[in-house]
Formats: sequence, C-alpha cells, structure tokens
Amino acid sequence: MGAANERVVYMDNNATTKVAPEVFEAMKPYFTELYGNPSSMHTFGGAVSESIKKARRQVANLLGTEPEEITFTSCGTESDSTAILSALRTYPDKRHIITTRVEHPAVKSLCENLEMVTGNKYRVTRLKVDSEGLLDLEEYRAALSEDTAIVSVMWANNETGVVYPVEEMARMAKKRDILFHTDAVQAVGKVPINLGELDIDFLSLSGHKLHAPKGVGVLYTRKGTFFVPFLTGGHQEHGRRGGTENVSSIIGLGRACELAAEKMEEENVRVKALRDKLEQGLLKSIPSSMRNGHETNRLPNTANISFEFVEGEAILLHMNRYNICASSGSACTSGSLEPSHVLRAMGVPFTAAHGSIRFSLSVYNTEEEVDFVLEKMPAIIASLREMSPFWEKKG
Amino acid sequence: MWEYTDKVQQHFLEPKNVGEIENPSGTGDVGSLACGDALKLTLKIDENDIIVDAKFKTFGCASAIASSSVLTEIIKGMSVDEAAKVTNEDIAEALGGLPKEKMHCSVMGREALEAAIADYRGLVPPMAEGELVCECFGVTDLEILRAVKESNLRSVEEITNFTKAGGGCGKCEDRLRELLKQGSNQILDIPMVKAQPKRMTVLQKIKKIEEVLDLEIRPALRKDGGDIELVDVDGDFVTVSLLGACKSCQKSQTTIKDYVEKKLRELVLESLIVEEEN
Ligand SMILES: Cc1ncc(COP(=O)(O)O)c(C=O)c1O
Repeated sequence: MGAANERVVYMDNNATTKVAPEVFEAMKPYFTELYGNPSSMHTFGGAVSESIKKARRQVANLLGTEPEEITFTSCGTESDSTAILSALRTYPDKRHIITTRVEHPAVKSLCENLEMVTGNKYRVTRLKVDSEGLLDLEEYRAALSEDTAIVSVMWANNETGVVYPVEEMARMAKKRDILFHTDAVQAVGKVPINLGELDIDFLSLSGHKLHAPKGVGVLYTRKGTFFVPFLTGGHQEHGRRGGTENVSSIIGLGRACELAAEKMEEENVRVKALRDKLEQGLLKSIPSSMRNGHETNRLPNTANISFEFVEGEAILLHMNRYNICASSGSACTSGSLEPSHVLRAMGVPFTAAHGSIRFSLSVYNTEEEVDFVLEKMPAIIASLREMSPFWEKKG
Repeated sequence: MWEYTDKVQQHFLEPKNVGEIENPSGTGDVGSLACGDALKLTLKIDENDIIVDAKFKTFGCASAIASSSVLTEIIKGMSVDEAAKVTNEDIAEALGGLPKEKMHCSVMGREALEAAIADYRGLVPPMAEGELVCECFGVTDLEILRAVKESNLRSVEEITNFTKAGGGCGKCEDRLRELLKQGSNQILDIPMVKAQPKRMTVLQKIKKIEEVLDLEIRPALRKDGGDIELVDVDGDFVTVSLLGACKSCQKSQTTIKDYVEKKLRELVLESLIVEEEN
C-alpha cells in the first residue's frame, strides 16, 4: 500500500522494537573479528566467553539478581516452555497448572497442548479477569492446591499493558511450596524489577522487546530451584541449555539491559506522558471510543483503544497509508476468526473488540509523532464509520 | 500482513457506492457484529427488472469492504436474472483474487445479493432455514453444503475459509466432515420459498431493541444502580451484558428472563430469546 510519507511512525513496540544504536555497536565486533566459539580452549574463543559473562552480569543487574541465575535462550517462547516443562518434570506426580485467561500464546498454547496431547493428564486452571483486565486474588488463593506443579502468570499483558501483582502472587505460591513462573517479556525494561527480594522462581524475558535483537531470550531460575533442561546437548549455559551461544545477540541483550536501566525513568515519565496524551486525545476527539485495560495499573507505554462499530484491520490499513504502525485485536488481523482472547476474557463487547487498536510506544517516539497520529485518526475512524451499517443508529 | 491485490486495495481505499438507497426495491442484510463482518446491500430496480443502482454499507476488514464495493460495480446495469447468477467466485475474481482465509468475504457478498433479490421478489432465501451447524458463527448445513458444491471445497479448513463454520470453538468439526462428504456427492437443489410474513432484518431488529433498551429498560435498571448493554443480535438470539449493580446481582438471570426478555418480546418481536453474555 502506497506510503504517503516516507517517515515511519512506529507505535508497535509491544510487537517488537528497534535495536538501539548502542546495542548494534556493541554487537558488531562479534560478527567480524570476535567470531570464536566461547567453548573453545584457545584464548581467541575464551575472550568471547568473557564477553558473555559480562552480558550475563548486565542482565542480572537489571533484574536485581545473580549472574548464575541467568540462562540465555533463543526467545521468550523458549524461556516460557523451559520453565513450565521443567517444573512438570521436577514434580511428575503433580498434575495441576495455574495460569490466566490472558496469557500470551507462548504460555496459552503450551497449556492447551499439555491438556490435549496428554489426554487431560494435566489440569489447567485459567484465572478470570474483570472488565478492566484485573485478576481476583481470592480465586487464585482458592485454586492453589497440593496438586499444583507451577503457577505461570504474566507480569504485564502484551495487548492491554495491564500489570499483574506477581510479587504478591509469588509470595502466596511460596507459602504453599508451589513454583512460580512469570512471563515478564513485556515488563522488563518498563517496570522496575528486583528479583532478589521476591519469591519468583522463574522469569522469562525476550531481547527484541527491549531494543536488543530478535531471537535471544533469558530464563531466570532462582538459585536452588530444581531445573530440568529443555534443550539438551553441549554443556553451554552451565548445562542448562545446549547449543552454541548466539553470541552477538547475547552481547546485544546485555548492553540493552544496561540501557534499559538508564532509560527506565524516561520510560516512566516522558513515554508515559506521550502515551497519556495520545490516549486522552483519541478518546476525546473520537466518539464511541474507549480504553481497554485498567487506567493506572498498566505499563507506561501501552494504550489499547476500541473504536466501536468499525473493524481493526480496516483501521490499520488506513493508518498504514500514513506509515503509522500499530496492532489490532480484531479477528481479521490474526488469521483466526475470533477477536483477541484477552479482550474477550475481559468481556469487551464484540462491537468494541473487533475495533481495538493497540498503540505501544518507546523512548524513540516523539511528541510530534503523537500529534501526527492525533491529527490523522479521527478522519480514518469517521470514514470507516460512514461505511458501517451499525454506525447510523448511533450517529 | 495479508497479501492483497491492487484491486482489493483500490476498492478498499476508494470504495464505490457506499451508502444506502432510500426506499430500495430490495435489501440484503447479512452477517453480524459478533462475526466481525456484516453487509447491508440496497438495490434500486426499474420496471424492466434492471438494477439501476446498488449501494452498500459494510462493517469488516479490507477484503469485506472491497468485496462489497466490487459487487455493486458488477451488478449495476444487470437484469435481476443475470445478477442472480453472480457467484462468490465472480466477486473474488473481479478483485484479482482474495487470500484463501478471506474467501468468506466474497461469500458474504453473494449472500447479501441473494437476500436482496429475494427481498425484491417477495421471497425468503432458504439458506438460513437449515439446521444450525456452527453455533459460533451461526452457519447452517444448507449454507455449508452450498459452499462445498459451488466452490468445490475439499477440506474442513476450506469450509472454514469460505463460510467461517468451524472457525470458533471447533466443536462442529465432525459434522463439517460429514457435510463435506455429502456435499461432494449430492446434487443440490434448494428452491426459494414463498415469503411468509416478511421478517424483520437484523438491522431493524437491532434498532428496535436499542430503542426499547433506551426508553424502557435502562431507566428502570438505573434506578437500582445497574445498566445493560446490547452485545449482539443473531437471528432471534439477543445477547446482552448487565453492568453496574446488576452485574454482581444474584438475580441477574431473573432480571434477564422475566424483565428484559419479556419487555423485548412484547415491544419488538415475540420470538426473541435473550441471553446474558458470559
Ligand atoms: C508476553 C509475551 N510473552 C512471550 C512472547 C514471545 O517472545 P518471543 O517472540 O521472543 O518468543 C511475547 C512476544 O510476542 C510476549 O509479548
């Protein structure tokens, strides 16, 4: 579709982010000069091993934990699978998993597969959320049982940005001696995390959501937690994950974690202010629009807004003409026929779920870009509504 | 990202014949909000049975809008008999093809056309009469059999791409497999039937229901600190969601059946069934 202007206004940072220039600089030598295998005996490879150590420390610093608790993986999805399957293998007699109805497919599909493939050997409790996307901790408390092998609750939701009380939930699990995993892929770099003080046993993160490259992730495993590897092979990662390291990406992720710590405040002040300006501007200038997700209990960068009676894919393609990038929870964008399971779990009516747009910002966004989006959106929605058979009754 | 042809993009970005004809000779109203797409097609037909004007209103994605737009272009100037022969394949072809997952958009176009012609002739299209197979998207066996025949469908996945049936919970998959077999063996001949008392269109129904909600039901619920929202109308099934104090109220089921349903039956249509969204 022809782009009207060449500049891209990228507001889809929950999907993926750009590699920070500093990160790219840090990575470069590992493609060209420093290509040794960190497992090799020679100094040439050994130097690379030292760099990975440094990256491990950088990640540990951001999470407030120790380097030996950090395992590099190939992505957030691998980290999620590794944690949950490790718990199930550690406790083969326990057959119950607690999770939520709003997890990313990385956890959601794994749990569905565990139910189906094993012929319901595993029982999965999926905690409900209310209309603002929040969990009911009493329901959670009641679900914890002797049979529970692991709890897996995301730290922040990728679609709405809603943040979950994982600190408290982990404490509750700990009291019952139940392992706790959190998919923190969307939270790391956006909210302060200090694992040293928490009862979280496993935490997943993914490089490409915090300005490191795609295809690298981390699984944090609390010291003393039983661990069964997912990928077996060589003795890389202290025997926790076989496979020659994705060196350059690991170096990049380390640098990205360092940058994230430096920019945490900017993210929570400037980016949040931009998000708020965008959100309030849209809600004000476009009738029959509403926010999805709790107003304050939320990541600073995410705005999920429903424009009633129009369909998300159509909205996105109109935005695309202006090179504005965002996502939608509509059925048509996903290739499935049903709208986002997250919005459905929140009870967002169909009229609104199909027309939901997620804007997710980063430190690279500017106020000028927000103004540009605010200028373009009302006409886009109005033109589609003019076409909608459901609109006239409101209009 | 979907791969749309230039034609699809053109008809999506600059759709032809958007709107609604006043006092139309025939109206076709298909799809629903829950399904994620809906199309209202209005036709103006002259005394020689020629379609002199066609307009559409569509809620849906780019391919739904493009299918509607190109459909109006195809049928303008045709006689009603000619238009009755337009298939969903014709619509897709005029767009230079659609992604296979989006074929149901062209089927929606054909269904709306058929419904509009039936309306003009005082008939009701029989498709909706069959046995309901896919509850998620409200698709009947007749609709599925027809798609299997007309588009030579070979798999359950193709049925879903063309009719949406099976695209939700997937419970009807076995039944779809049966229909697939049946459809490819049998010659299908489903006659139009003479109109019974003319049915209300979905849009008329929604309008009327909203009116009654606004004027009668909401004021009463609000007195108790509650509220109600219309979620969807699918045939005679009306899905609502109770808000505020009503939501947590133990008696919400009673409120819905004894009050909301009763009122809607009285003031809109006797056959309505009201359910709470869950
Ligand atoms: C919450 C959440 N979990 C997991 C993932 C998967 O991460 P990756 O793409 O690195 O596998 C994502 C990214 O889409 C995510 O948003």
